[in-house]
Amino acid sequence: MSRSSALQSLLEACALIGVQTGPPDPRSLVPATVVPVEAGDWARVAEAAKSAGLRWSALWVDPLEAGFEAFCLLEGDGQYLVLRTLVALDQALPSHAGIHAAADRPERHAHDLLGIIFANAPDGRRWTRHQAWPETRFPLLPEHPLRPEDQAASVADSSYVFAAAQGAGVVEIPVGPIHAGIIEPGHFRFLAVGETVLNLEQHLGYVHKGIEKLAVGRNADGLARLAARVSGDSTVAHSWAACQALERATGIEPPPRALWLRAILAERERIANHIGDIGAICNDVGFSFAQYQFSRLREQLARDNLDAFGHRLMMDQVVPGGVTRDIDPDRIVPMIAQADALAREVRQLIALLEDSESLEDRLMATGRLTPEQALMLGVVGYVGRASGLAFDLRRDAPYPPYDQFEVTVPSYRAGDVAARARIRAEEIDVSLRLLLKLLQSLPTGPIRTPWSTPARPAEGLGMIDGWRGEIITYVRLDDQGRVARFFPRDPSWLNWPALELMMQGNIVPDFPVCNKSVNGSYSGHDL
Amino acid sequence: MLRILIKSIRTGVVTEPPPHDSETERLGIEVKRQIDRRFHGALAIRHVDAGSCNGCELEIHALNNPYYDVERFGVHFVASPRHADLLLVTGPVSRHMEAALRRAWEATPNPRWVIAAGSCACDGGEFGISYASCGAVENVIPVDVRIPGCPPTPTVLLQGLLAAFER
Repeated sequence: MSRSSALQSLLEACALIGVQTGPPDPRSLVPATVVPVEAGDWARVAEAAKSAGLRWSALWVDPLEAGFEAFCLLEGDGQYLVLRTLVALDQALPSHAGIHAAADRPERHAHDLLGIIFANAPDGRRWTRHQAWPETRFPLLPEHPLRPEDQAASVADSSYVFAAAQGAGVVEIPVGPIHAGIIEPGHFRFLAVGETVLNLEQHLGYVHKGIEKLAVGRNADGLARLAARVSGDSTVAHSWAACQALERATGIEPPPRALWLRAILAERERIANHIGDIGAICNDVGFSFAQYQFSRLREQLARDNLDAFGHRLMMDQVVPGGVTRDIDPDRIVPMIAQADALAREVRQLIALLEDSESLEDRLMATGRLTPEQALMLGVVGYVGRASGLAFDLRRDAPYPPYDQFEVTVPSYRAGDVAARARIRAEEIDVSLRLLLKLLQSLPTGPIRTPWSTPARPAEGLGMIDGWRGEIITYVRLDDQGRVARFFPRDPSWLNWPALELMMQGNIVPDFPVCNKSVNGSYSGHDL
Repeated sequence: MLRILIKSIRTGVVTEPPPHDSETERLGIEVKRQIDRRFHGALAIRHVDAGSCNGCELEIHALNNPYYDVERFGVHFVASPRHADLLLVTGPVSRHMEAALRRAWEATPNPRWVIAAGSCACDGGEFGISYASCGAVENVIPVDVRIPGCPPTPTVLLQGLLAAFER
């Protein structure tokens, strides 16, 4: 497809159903093209996008003085389009959720925080809001203070209505929010007959910390610090996405060496998380040998990170305009040797896992997400790649420095836990090779462009392929250069619903391994 | 099967013995001594993420990796607060987790200790108090020991455990 094709096919599909759009604007939210839409046409344009084969990626809403501005991000062949519309206070925006399943939770989130109403939404239940604030208060609206005075202790959210089933032998199993392990909180409601899961329903939002509200009024450095804590396991990727959005908004470009260093950090983050998860997946089916080996490798990486970057998780390294810490030139050669040794060791271990029939027996055909289901949900990252959706921003919509490198994207169609684990293993290999190339070609020069936020309104989009998949970040600055709107869209928003589907027909005891194979972020999703 | 065994044995050679990490070792032995004396050899910890970004969880997980292997010192993580001597709480307490944290604390038998792990748990950290967050753990349940750090490293977590014994 040519560069204009995603836009072209959307416009053609719109013309076919008689929908008018405004003049496309390729400049205000680069690299995406903004397509202005009338609020009344919001759903019909989404239908056109569906028939044009575009993927629904994100929705965010910005409160204006008298109403809202709604944004919807679409993607096709690595080209991004932003539908943008103004919504009056008393106007309902036609829902996308009946057309694109992925829109369901983001719309409910937007309603819970801002009060915007989506017409014809298939699911009218609250999502992010539990019982901490009343139904009539929308905390992200500017008139509501960050810290209200009248707060009493919040009660448990016991009135949320889950899907129910009746029949002989049907049992309901509530799990969480506190789980039996060292993991984040969330609620899972199983409907089961014996061991077999009929249905799984998630109820998330337990770790909602008001990140979008906390961002308002911050300066660029403060925003980067907050973004680094959207999801601690993706600290590099989220802070990079926020800084990229800030940099695109202000036109301040980080020097080449900083971009290379960011990619080095991001690849190390991907490798560490994939390594940890492969071990944990094996551990969940009782293969503790792998857990021992992979957690050992992960710890080595954390220690090397501490040595090289001063932090085991590489937190707060990516800052507006560059990075905080350079790599000591003496370290380059040992780092290359370490990456080389790690690649060999991981390959050796993976070969061993592949030899285990019992592992194969437990992981293959478990937690299957078919390619059709994956496409319907619009999943991303390794969850998508294991089910036939081989999208990777680093290859398909490359941002610097990935535009200088070839990125191999593994892909399978089996969609089971084994396929997701295999994708992780292959991505480790790809990342280690990338890491070698990045280290060998590290440009010289400064690591940070001096930052001063211009005092004028601006907006920007950050789009980074984190280890979980596509991260989208929208930042708008006010006329003082302070943050007016920050929306980080973790890939988990798109991948959590896949876990519900893949559990159907599986057994309850396989839930931990299925959950681990998806490893959605609670914090990144709940915000 | 034989091939797997052979490979396992060979991989056993690949496995380095946990390096002699003197700080971990020294702290661990001290923790073990205290656990033997006060808890008859076993300290049961129930971890509760009350709103963390998941950074602290990664480091608490690391306590169980072969480098630190805290179980050898008698520390183990349990699934139920009813089995726990100690609650290890991370994160600012989100208001959506407030009731669950309080219930977990009430379910923990006396005498019980609470450790607030990580900067957010100690003082609210980056998130503080808001419409969505209660801030520090001590704003919701009584806290005995605070372990700062964003996130605290496994070694700092071990030091924090020791501090709990020295109270």
